[in-house]
Amino acid sequence: MPGSESPPEPQAGPARRQAAEPALLAVRDLVQEFSVPGGIVQAVSGVSFDVWPGETLGIVGETGSGKSTLARSVLQAPRPKAGSVVFRGTDLVTLRGRRLMQARRHLQTVFQDPFGSLDPKWRVRDIVEEPLVAYRTGDPAARHRRADQVLELVGLDPAAHGRRHPRELSGGQAQRVAIARAVALSPSLIVCDEAVSSLDVLIQAQVLNLFEQLRAELGLSYLFIAHDLALVKQVSDRVAVMYLGKLCEVGPGESVYREPLHPYTRVLLDSIPAAAPGTSRAAATIRGEPPSPIHPPSGCRFRTRCPRAAQHCAVEEPVMRELAVGHTVACHFPLESTAAASKNAMPVTSTTARSDEKMGETPR
Amino acid sequence: MSEAAHGSANSRASVHQAGRGALLEVADLRVVFTLARGRELCAVDGMSYSVVAGRTLAIVGESGSGKTVSCRAVMGLLPPSAVVTGSTRFQGTELIGLSDEQMRRHRGANVAMVFQDPSRSLNPTMRVGAQITEAIRTHRQVSRREANEQAVDLLRLVRMPLPERRFAEYPHQLSGGMRQRVVIAIALACRPKLLIADEPTTALDVTTQAQIMELLLELQAELGMALILISHDLGLAASYADEVMVMYAGRIVEQASALELFAHVRMPYTQALFQAIPRLEREAHSPLPVVGGRPPDAAGLTAGCSFAPRCRSAADDCRAAAPPLAEHEPGHLWACWHPVDGGA
Repeated sequence: MPGSESPPEPQAGPARRQAAEPALLAVRDLVQEFSVPGGIVQAVSGVSFDVWPGETLGIVGETGSGKSTLARSVLQAPRPKAGSVVFRGTDLVTLRGRRLMQARRHLQTVFQDPFGSLDPKWRVRDIVEEPLVAYRTGDPAARHRRADQVLELVGLDPAAHGRRHPRELSGGQAQRVAIARAVALSPSLIVCDEAVSSLDVLIQAQVLNLFEQLRAELGLSYLFIAHDLALVKQVSDRVAVMYLGKLCEVGPGESVYREPLHPYTRVLLDSIPAAAPGTSRAAATIRGEPPSPIHPPSGCRFRTRCPRAAQHCAVEEPVMRELAVGHTVACHFPLESTAAASKNAMPVTSTTARSDEKMGETPR
Repeated sequence: MSEAAHGSANSRASVHQAGRGALLEVADLRVVFTLARGRELCAVDGMSYSVVAGRTLAIVGESGSGKTVSCRAVMGLLPPSAVVTGSTRFQGTELIGLSDEQMRRHRGANVAMVFQDPSRSLNPTMRVGAQITEAIRTHRQVSRREANEQAVDLLRLVRMPLPERRFAEYPHQLSGGMRQRVVIAIALACRPKLLIADEPTTALDVTTQAQIMELLLELQAELGMALILISHDLGLAASYADEVMVMYAGRIVEQASALELFAHVRMPYTQALFQAIPRLEREAHSPLPVVGGRPPDAAGLTAGCSFAPRCRSAADDCRAAAPPLAEHEPGHLWACWHPVDGGA
């Protein structure tokens, strides 16, 4: 199991890690597009990232940022339009049929709505055994034992809960069943798409702790996708911020939250209601609405809502560059960061970065 | 059909300037649903509070705690299977026992509600403008042209970008945040004195959530409305409300000003809610403090504190008798035999 190794150091930069061990999941230049009556939705436009063994990579983004499409493209459902998804050394994009199925065995998913992803006519035990049957794992007795094992692992009683139907469970219990099914085949990576978003806060905390427990016990890696920044920070080693089909910032969770480099990340952080009343309210709210993914802005896709946008941002698309150890950003005018200051090739003060001219394509 | 037999714990006239000044006074509200085989489900169990014009009251609780049902009772929007007792007075007028027609007039003139999912509140086949003018013309006799003008004004009031253009668009052409603005515009069409917002931002993104909450508070100040904010998110409630009320299993278990509640949580349940929220300040991967179990089935409530089975401070007295909600400190009420004293 990859998890027998110690969890990755949060500060480890990509270069350092690459030398030591291959990435569990290496996504490169992933593109996903859909045809709609009005044109082509550019849902994911050239996204690259790695997930290391035993690591949790969090992806945050708003509705329409393409984060769920990204998850589905990684799973090859549907297949991406371009790019590669190398999982355990094999590019899933090149695989077909049985070989794809075998590769995907180590790649499981947990979605937002547990009731929507569990067949209401099936009993809990059958749901958890289903992937074992699909992959012809062991004999019926062995599958039975494995189902007991994973149900206990997620905190359910195989005898009591195993016979029930999904509708007889609470939301938290149903999500535990979905998680039990996901870990039944001993995967190395679980893709969680808003996996706790529909749960009440006390149940959510239980499920989050369960994810952490499974990570420690089974050495799992997660691609953890959610819109809630605090939630993503709670579970992630590294965090990637997504806006309109592109990643704008990737780095260790602590640095991204403490010293965001991308103006969009700053906006997201400032939108969270302050923890204490009195200091009250969000520090700042962003104006306008995200542009259409059918006609994304030229250059930097965030420029139409960015307080620092200048002429240049409309002309040239910013590329990802590493400004602090393991902390990359795609921005022409990144925010000041103490860690990044020394490496920042283009130090920009807020006055020079700010353009008087607002290039608003979105109504204000 | 008023004055329920159930009543004692809620002698707390001093919390708000009860009587004068209070826009809405709820006393001993009890909502019971009759289930199959004669079983009863007590969704709201003896709830008393008041709301003052210009102030924001947050009602916080988990799914099924009774927060939405209690507000629907005030709106007269419960199904016939619900038996509502107690008293809800709006500007001195008793609402419980009103006929459907009287209730409809009360709703039109005084109270409006905004729901969680804007796409379900709007008619997908009607243009935005028509939905707003319909609301205006239902409540006031104005010409079509006047209604159109007022509708555009309302869209402007809710800071809708390009209001004249949005007026002619359909809901699907708008983003989630814009749709919620339309819903708020419709709610404001009757110039309500009380706006009840039921999870108004739960279906929205964090940036949009901040915009909508700011909008609601700005509108409240501009129009002098009272605002009831129903939320499962204690953090959101504490940041935006003046007063916070925490519900568990149909009862109020703690109530205080947002500042006070945040500084001195007393009820272990409220503390658990605060602690379970993932916060940016928390260390990544640190285990979240959790309470086991789940809320009790409202159909089978037992004697004693309903939170006792999940409570770390629970003792024998908690299981013997339910602690009444009482004002233990000025402006701070809680229902607990063994209160904690902790910051959030």
